[in-house]
Amino acid sequence: MLQTTANRQLDILQRLDNLVQRYGKHSSTLIPMLQEIQNAYRYLPEDLLTHVATALDLSPATVYGVATFYAQFSLEPKGKYVIQVCDGTACHVRGSMPVYEAICKKVRLVDGKATTEDGMFTVETVSCVGACAAAPVVTINGEVYGKVTPDAIHVILDTLESRGDTADA
Amino acid sequence: MLNTLEDLQQLSKRCELHRNRHQSRIAVCAGGGCSASGAQQVYESIRAELERRDLLNTVDQTFSEDACSGITPLGTGCQGFCEKGPLVRLEPSGTLYTEVSTDDAEAIVDSLLSGTPVSRLLYLDPTEKRSYEKEASIPFYKLQSRITLRNCGSIAPDDIREYLAKGGYQGWANALERTPDRVVQEVLDSNLRGRGGGGFPAGKKWSIAAGTDAEQKYLICNADEGDPGAFMDRSLMEGDPHRLLEGMLIAGYGIGATVGYIYVRAEYPLAVDRLRHAIEEAESLGLLGTDILGSGFSFSLRIKEGAGAFVCGEESALIASIEGRRGMPKPKPPFPAVSGLFNMPTVINNVETLANIPDILQHGSAWFRSLGSSASPGTKTFALSGDVENTGLVEIPMGTTLRELVYAIGGGVRSNADFKAVQIGGPSGGCLTAEHLDLPLDFDSLQSAGAMIGSGGLVVMDEATCIVEVARFFMNFTQLESCGKCVPCREGTRRMLEILQKIVEGRGTTEDLDHLEEIGSAVRIGSLCGLGKTAPNPVLSTLQYFRDEYLSHVVDRRCPSGVCKGLRRFVINEPLCKGCSRCAKACPVDAISGTIREPYLIDQDKCIKCGACKDVCNFDAVEEVA
Ligand SMILES: Cc1cc2nc3c(=O)[nH]c(=O)nc-3n(C[C@H](O)[C@H](O)[C@H](O)COP(=O)(O)O)c2cc1C
Ligand code: SF4
Ligand code: FES
Repeated sequence: MLQTTANRQLDILQRLDNLVQRYGKHSSTLIPMLQEIQNAYRYLPEDLLTHVATALDLSPATVYGVATFYAQFSLEPKGKYVIQVCDGTACHVRGSMPVYEAICKKVRLVDGKATTEDGMFTVETVSCVGACAAAPVVTINGEVYGKVTPDAIHVILDTLESRGDTADA
Repeated sequence: MLNTLEDLQQLSKRCELHRNRHQSRIAVCAGGGCSASGAQQVYESIRAELERRDLLNTVDQTFSEDACSGITPLGTGCQGFCEKGPLVRLEPSGTLYTEVSTDDAEAIVDSLLSGTPVSRLLYLDPTEKRSYEKEASIPFYKLQSRITLRNCGSIAPDDIREYLAKGGYQGWANALERTPDRVVQEVLDSNLRGRGGGGFPAGKKWSIAAGTDAEQKYLICNADEGDPGAFMDRSLMEGDPHRLLEGMLIAGYGIGATVGYIYVRAEYPLAVDRLRHAIEEAESLGLLGTDILGSGFSFSLRIKEGAGAFVCGEESALIASIEGRRGMPKPKPPFPAVSGLFNMPTVINNVETLANIPDILQHGSAWFRSLGSSASPGTKTFALSGDVENTGLVEIPMGTTLRELVYAIGGGVRSNADFKAVQIGGPSGGCLTAEHLDLPLDFDSLQSAGAMIGSGGLVVMDEATCIVEVARFFMNFTQLESCGKCVPCREGTRRMLEILQKIVEGRGTTEDLDHLEEIGSAVRIGSLCGLGKTAPNPVLSTLQYFRDEYLSHVVDRRCPSGVCKGLRRFVINEPLCKGCSRCAKACPVDAISGTIREPYLIDQDKCIKCGACKDVCNFDAVEEVA
């Protein structure tokens, strides 16, 4: 379904209000609110951070401090496809790095950047998604792929590119 | 709605009866490993096959009053033998099929009807060259004793009636017949030690909180499972969520907490869904809420999703995170059991610790103490991974030796390679080598070997693993995860990482090894929380057991396992070289020279070890040597 930016903004403000109503105007509501925004936008837009600070009576610095502490939150927009290469211990010893390098090469990511110029792909490493027995593991927008090889990744990414717009759902 | 204990018992009886009437089941493992190799599709195909043949029975029908026949397909939590997934188990026969694909649905249903197994899907033991039909007879399962994982992989995790049919909530029923004090005493007597890594007796923690007066007390389940290479808690929550709820209910009753939190890692969305659903089920039956079963005791549960910070597994950081702050540890005392969440007495226990509670209350502390070893009673779950033949989820009595775990259960090192080490306890733990294979796995023995049982992640490494690189890998992890509050941890881990980086890049010196030890001991002593205190463990333990390998890196400039890119050398195998000059053109730093149609030469001083020459050579004439 196509949603206009304004609608989306209204929608998220509504959901944030609901959270405050449900859990109270208390700092312990902060992280759930940030998670709601991160899930909706795949990053934390600055204006919404200010909104959260006002809604909870917290200083913007406090909100910013929490937002930067946790790895789940990102202040930069992420790509349409977020590819997470597990580099937990089990995946590391079974060759996660060659897979990571193959992905970066395939989507043409250079100079340690995480998101491609066209905003299609974000490639990052995570520590263990809890599927260690299927190492090395890669997740793409939450979908888990096990026993991935540098060759298999080409097939997976080609399928994604041909599949189109599922990531906006 | 259940209003009395009597109601609970009646419902349990009914569930058990119904379940016994419908024993024909096909259990498809939908745990993390199997799902990543296509278990969902396998489940769909089996379900479709049953439907096609008009044999489909659903879990829901199992518990209805109407008589029905047929076969029930179900998606279960982790069945454990992840290496051979997707797994499918037939019930009641207990036949286990491994590496199942969607094409096998018809044969599987046929075999359940005829009683003759599909031999090509049975597990074949590679060393003994024989196949096993029953799950229970496969060595991987035979040597385990499953307590907390008992239901995981055999019940449908999203239906409370399945848990009730298996004796679920009976521990809670027993608890309700005693005073809270007696419940705490039972746990004290069991000598159950915390499974989150520290091994602190759960009963002691409970009695401190129980004995502290306060208007509100809290119970927190630590489901942060941050150790990269561990998935026990995840499997437990996904496969048998009500066991955790029951454990928390009993704990809450014992210590007098009316609110419980489950702090789950952000990376475990399925576990969060399952727990949410289980909480709703328990609430609608009246097993959570006010005046539970007419006892006067009220208890509610909330889920808090973590936001991705390893340090939040530490108790005081976890509390800060629930309170909505940066997850930074605080000095102790005060201990959380005295002043924790919102400054109220708070007991924090690990998932597996709490999952042991229902059985302790149901079967008694004496039964529990008869399992495992005397100072560490009970069982421990491990996530076996890395270069081991049978990766998977196991539960063994405490005191089982490392050899039994890696060889008898794990099937030994993958592809018959040589065993090098295991990393146990994740980034806080240490390396154990071949000389430790006969060490019993329990809290105290491992401590004395400079490692720790940790949460139960166990990664096996073979000869091809570079131990220095592994140490660098762990240091990179802890350095990134250090919260930055104290200098020794924040700066020390960074300096240690820089040194290790230097060594794997081939620029290390022998003094660097001394520096690592020196800084390591300072970080260990000077850090506030467990993260910093244990961060040097992987480095210090590998320096102790694999010093030669460090020396090869810094003195001989060699990486014996050929892993460290900075130490590899590219040479041209002259007889194979056709002198085509492709490599010389590809080299970004002009390190290759020669005359056309004669063997070329790589100048080792100029070479930056990028491997471009090897990639372009059409004659495999460029060789990489360690
Ligand atoms: C850096 C750090 C990370 C930790 N991570 C976890 C974790 O992921 N899960 C866990 O149960 N305990 C973890 N712990 C241990 C907890 O602080 C605490 O000891 C434990 O949850 C207590 O429960 P238990 O007594 O039932 O083991 C961690 C400790 C530290 C210092
Ligand atoms: S030891 Fe490290 S992680 Fe722990 S409080 Fe200090 S800086 Fe933070
Ligand atoms: S280490 Fe990769 S999934 Fe656990």
